[in-house]
Amino acid sequence: MSQEPAREPVLALDHLSLSFGGLRALSELDLQVGDREIVSVIGPNGAGKTTVFNVITGVYPPNSGDVRFGGASIAGRPSHVIARLGIARTFQTLRLFQNMSVIENVMAATYGGTKATPAESILRLPRARREEREVRALAEEVLSFFGQRLAGYRWDQPAYSLSYANRRRLEIARALATRPRLLLLDEPAAGMNPAETHEITEVIGRLRDEREVAILVIEHDMHVVAGVSDRVVALDHGVKIAEGGFDAVASHPAVVEAYMGRHPEELAEEH
Amino acid sequence: MSVYPQGPPDSQEPPDILESPQGARGPRLGVDEWVARRAGRREYLPSWLGGVQRALERIGWWPRLAVAGLIGVVLPSLGLGGFQLQVGIDALVIALLAVGLNIVVGWAGLLDLGYIAFFGFGAYAFALLSSGQIGSAGIHLPAYASLPAVVIAAAFLGLGVGLPSRRLIGDYLAIVTLFFGEAFVEFTNNVDSTKLGGPNGITTIDPIRAFGAQLTTNAGYYYLLVIVLVVIMAVLRRLETSRTGRAWRAVREDPLAAASMTIPVNRVKLMAFAGGAMVAALAGTIYAAQQASVFPTDFDTPILILVYAGLILGGAGSIAGAAAGALVVMVIYDGLLRNPTYAGYLFYGLILLTLLARLRPWRRLAGVLAATVALGFAAHAIAAAISNSAVAAGSQSGWLAHHWVIVPASPQTAGNWGFVVLICTLIALVQVGSRWRTVLLVPTLYLASFVWETRLIAEPSITRQLMIGAILIVMMNARPQGLLGQRRVEVAL
Repeated sequence: MSQEPAREPVLALDHLSLSFGGLRALSELDLQVGDREIVSVIGPNGAGKTTVFNVITGVYPPNSGDVRFGGASIAGRPSHVIARLGIARTFQTLRLFQNMSVIENVMAATYGGTKATPAESILRLPRARREEREVRALAEEVLSFFGQRLAGYRWDQPAYSLSYANRRRLEIARALATRPRLLLLDEPAAGMNPAETHEITEVIGRLRDEREVAILVIEHDMHVVAGVSDRVVALDHGVKIAEGGFDAVASHPAVVEAYMGRHPEELAEEH
Repeated sequence: MSVYPQGPPDSQEPPDILESPQGARGPRLGVDEWVARRAGRREYLPSWLGGVQRALERIGWWPRLAVAGLIGVVLPSLGLGGFQLQVGIDALVIALLAVGLNIVVGWAGLLDLGYIAFFGFGAYAFALLSSGQIGSAGIHLPAYASLPAVVIAAAFLGLGVGLPSRRLIGDYLAIVTLFFGEAFVEFTNNVDSTKLGGPNGITTIDPIRAFGAQLTTNAGYYYLLVIVLVVIMAVLRRLETSRTGRAWRAVREDPLAAASMTIPVNRVKLMAFAGGAMVAALAGTIYAAQQASVFPTDFDTPILILVYAGLILGGAGSIAGAAAGALVVMVIYDGLLRNPTYAGYLFYGLILLTLLARLRPWRRLAGVLAATVALGFAAHAIAAAISNSAVAAGSQSGWLAHHWVIVPASPQTAGNWGFVVLICTLIALVQVGSRWRTVLLVPTLYLASFVWETRLIAEPSITRQLMIGAILIVMMNARPQGLLGQRRVEVAL
């Protein structure tokens, strides 16, 4: 499964550290995501997985170390700039624009990619009209990525009226509207039923193949992790404890210990 | 040993769900169809009212604005008197303020309690540019120069206030902006009274003047305000559906998600502050020119409360709602509640409507009404038989007080006690069970009429505030999203 990172990785975390007061959330973390590579981050609750996403997207500036995207450092830059550069994310706890319509949710994410000033929008000058057309077309296109799930009649409904699974899909569609090169998915299968989980597994593969994005995904569902990952990184207490193919990482003693609380051989002795 | 409990998953491909939505293995599509079709299931009012509702919904936004504008233009020719026209002007000014406030509060979700200072800034800036206050000859700019200058200056003032406030949210922003609003009143009261006039204000402001023509009549200002309001609403409608409008609402819904979706949150907030300030300043210039005078107290908290009441009543987030709500509030507050007769109609009408809407079954409603009427006549007859002075004051006022409500010769003391007892019975009414509530409702209604006729009608300034408060309470229970607002979900699901 594993691909050798041939070119400069899309994303590279270099000795990244972050503390909240006395709590060391991340320490000396190295992580690469290659072009069109799907990397999974696993680890028990509180391991620092979502914190990694928050540092990459500029929610928290790192204490030390660097985040490089496409070769350039983005550490400490504001979130909207990082998003504009090509890193889009979804949230573990859904954060849609609840009271906006489905299509507006997606269109709002094109703000950084458009330029019309308020005056141009008011007067409907050519640039504003053209951008509005393009944005609408882009929104329809990313929504149609999910086929019947987010079909046309749902576009004008408020986001809060969607089912849970559809809200997760809408978050992905909204992230795609920023035209990302790297997509950060935070537990895309959380709360999904088995059929929907299968579907999301397939969607992640299609995102890479059709939208040509690299994907960093946090996931607890091992079906999904095994199904999509080119590479798996395991975290515990903010430290990378294993990295490699799914089978190697899943059976790595440190990973088992992180999940089970005991070294696997001790566990075996007890039984 | 693997963390994966059942061993590694089989390499078999997941079912091709999207390609064969009707396939036996795929999940059934449309499980959330019931949710998806909610618009079609929405309840309409019964009978022909529902038909009217449906017909109104089919009319688009722009035709509705055109119709509303036409009604506004035609209204004065139906024979409005001077007083009604003044009420209309005040209502239109507040409506203009409300649609501007809607940018900041309704769209960007920033609770700005200093908003009225921008209105004051516009009025004072126009006053300085169109009067003899500055220099020996004064500045007398024509409107086509002074209005844009004032509005653009207000935009910068909005940025200036927004800059320190842009990181504040919720309570903090509210209190900081409230300080700003009060600072404006203090400023105009105390700084440089030769130019700003101090508490005496500026009283020699030119009318709006351009190309040799002057706008001096109230009718003229009324038409100007109708046109300005319609134009501003059209402008805001175009903004609402543009990238800027979407960004504002996205920031209101979830600033963190908005920032992750390429939206520069702080800049977008500043734009909302500036936009709201521009509309408020425009309203201020027209207000100052129409009044020909400005005073610090014109821009104090009472006006802010009226603007907020209008915005909330109409539905924050909706342009049409903000305008309609402000017009309704002002026509009630300024027009109806100043006149005791109209105020009475509104008071009794509101009570009757509430009873009609809430009291079921019909038998109970009829019983309560009949009992209240009977109680009134009986109480009045008994009081009149015991002492003529007990109903003395009633004979001068309307029919109701003459025959039904007891209005003693010195209504003040009795009315004050009645008010206290009324509040106690209202609290009791909320606390007791269903059967006792029906029984208690009868004396409560009579007591309310008593307090109204003895006390409230004599104190219009207090009554106005109480009535607007009561209307807002009724509104919150009946239709929390406001007259024309969209129902919103506040909690993340």
